[in-house]
Amino acid sequence: MGNRVLSVRNLSVDIPLADGVLHAVDDVNLHVDRGETLCIVGESGCGKSLTSLALMDLLPKKAIRTIGRLDLNEASILDYSERQMSDVRGNRMGMIFQEPMTSLNPAFTIGNQMVETLRRHRDISKSDARDLAKQMLEKVGITAAEQRLTQYPHQLSGGLRQRVMIAMTLLCEPELIIADEPTTALDVTIQAQILLLLRELQHEYDMGLILITHDLGVVARIATRVAVMYAGQIVEQGTVEQIFENPMHPYTRGLMRCIPVPGKTRPGEPLGSIPGMVPSLIGSFTGCRFADRCDLVKEACRKSDVALRDVAGKTQAYRCVIDPQAMTKVA
Amino acid sequence: MAEVMINASAVTRDFSISRGMFRGKQRLQAVNGVDLTVTRGEVLALVGESGCGKTTLAKILLGLLPQTSGSISLCGTPIGSVPRLDLSRMIQPIFQDPYSSLNPRKSIGSIIGLPMRVQGIEDQQTILRRVEETMELVGLPPRLLNAYPNQLSGGQRQRVAIARALVNRPQIVVCDEPTSALDVSVQSQILNLLNDLRTELNLTYIIISHNLAVVEHIASRVAVMYLGRIVEQAETTAMFRNPQHPYTRALLDSVLTPDPRLGVPNTQLGASYPNPIDPPSGCAFHPRCANAMPHCAQTAPGGTAHNDAYVECHLYSDAGVAKAG
Repeated sequence: MGNRVLSVRNLSVDIPLADGVLHAVDDVNLHVDRGETLCIVGESGCGKSLTSLALMDLLPKKAIRTIGRLDLNEASILDYSERQMSDVRGNRMGMIFQEPMTSLNPAFTIGNQMVETLRRHRDISKSDARDLAKQMLEKVGITAAEQRLTQYPHQLSGGLRQRVMIAMTLLCEPELIIADEPTTALDVTIQAQILLLLRELQHEYDMGLILITHDLGVVARIATRVAVMYAGQIVEQGTVEQIFENPMHPYTRGLMRCIPVPGKTRPGEPLGSIPGMVPSLIGSFTGCRFADRCDLVKEACRKSDVALRDVAGKTQAYRCVIDPQAMTKVA
Repeated sequence: MAEVMINASAVTRDFSISRGMFRGKQRLQAVNGVDLTVTRGEVLALVGESGCGKTTLAKILLGLLPQTSGSISLCGTPIGSVPRLDLSRMIQPIFQDPYSSLNPRKSIGSIIGLPMRVQGIEDQQTILRRVEETMELVGLPPRLLNAYPNQLSGGQRQRVAIARALVNRPQIVVCDEPTSALDVSVQSQILNLLNDLRTELNLTYIIISHNLAVVEHIASRVAVMYLGRIVEQAETTAMFRNPQHPYTRALLDSVLTPDPRLGVPNTQLGASYPNPIDPPSGCAFHPRCANAMPHCAQTAPGGTAHNDAYVECHLYSDAGVAKAG
């Protein structure tokens, strides 16, 4: 095969707090192939951002990561030293954050930052690095690239800054890009452009892309596969068509009912909603984490932890006690 | 004819921007000649990209910012002639982020009751009764009366912000991105609540949002703003079915409906948003417009009104010019 860019098994993140341990991410298994886009969706606090940081080994100091396997291009990078990891970051795995203003250094010009990135990872002369940087800016659709190289981040608009971030991430031609809410801070018109750009570049370089977002519209349009997270666990995963056309988990179904869809929901009519709140993840937790908010809840839900259940020839999986036949009838 | 709640004509707001030492000031027209009429019970959505002046316009309507020229009347009385306190009884805001719009050191009851104390109501019993009534109205359990904002979820906080806006029973509520800081599952609850409150209290809403799916769901009329001007205004279903202005079309094209069979749209809005200090000549939209004609760069288009809709574009103002599809 040789297609699998990233594969992670049994990833958990625990954060010790004053009143107990917060199990922020619980036993997550993920993989991404070349040219594939995996979207991780979920509401705030579901652990999607921590998952991405854990993959890059960029978790905050007090967070504890336990991980079964972490393979990049089918070779384990789990026992890499901090030095080796920092070669992997930026060079083989790129990351794009939500707010480009905070991830670019305000005190250096765009050119400076791009040249430094390149020279950090590659043996290359300053002028060659500058040429490459310029080419990359042109590739991501920035006009007057020469002039942009001499500008500081604050002189650029939000959309331009995000393009610069993407250009910078692509400089070392990574095998995988992790983008955490890359378009949330942008206008809808710019959002479409940035997503289009990401997808084109992904195909051109044959990269894997992990996109973290809470926006189901973005997911539907760009994902190949989707992982839905709730309270630190993956509660459902499948191809984008399976998730949107045949969601199995009550939480995924609930989410789909919450968004107004032109043509489906009638203007003015009440939208669906999910009552209640996400449970506290501090301390131990038994049973389904969605039980308190679920309209199909049974006694069995609270008794023991629920495992992911494979359906549709193992391409789709969901974490619920209700078996597929019964679930299809409920829908 | 329905009762006119807001009537704005030729409202303009300039800011002067410093260009650095010794270089003098420059004028930025944040709102440039806006005409607006909103009748009772209507939900008017203001949409547009960031920097188009929608929030400035909302601040002017709220009386938080004086207009440079033009006139506004709320419920038939001109804004300038109404004392501050009376104005705040007519119109109230709900802000985007319920995490920063609530004072973390005040209890929920005190936050919701504050607008009443500002109005000079001193009787604690009256305030308490009204606060409890309003909490019930927005679906907050009474036990939260003495809680603090940090004990509440995002959705509950936004309900507190709504209760605070409604406690003096205003006629008009301005919601600036009321759901964009909230999670999907909570967003729908707040939208449903806003809708219920409108019918129950006969409110008029101005909703500022960049989420066009939300706008289509809740608004009865939409005004699209670009560089300080309203470039198109129409009844919601008409606008979503048949957008006229090329900018409106591009905006609607960029909405990502959750349909996995559609890809990412190409809006063809090539150039980025123009610098408002140095707006393009003629029609401000012409550098990004897919249907730009030679004279678009020279003269600004006049408005064309037909059947309750309004559009500012040369495609429609010039009789005989073929309509672009």
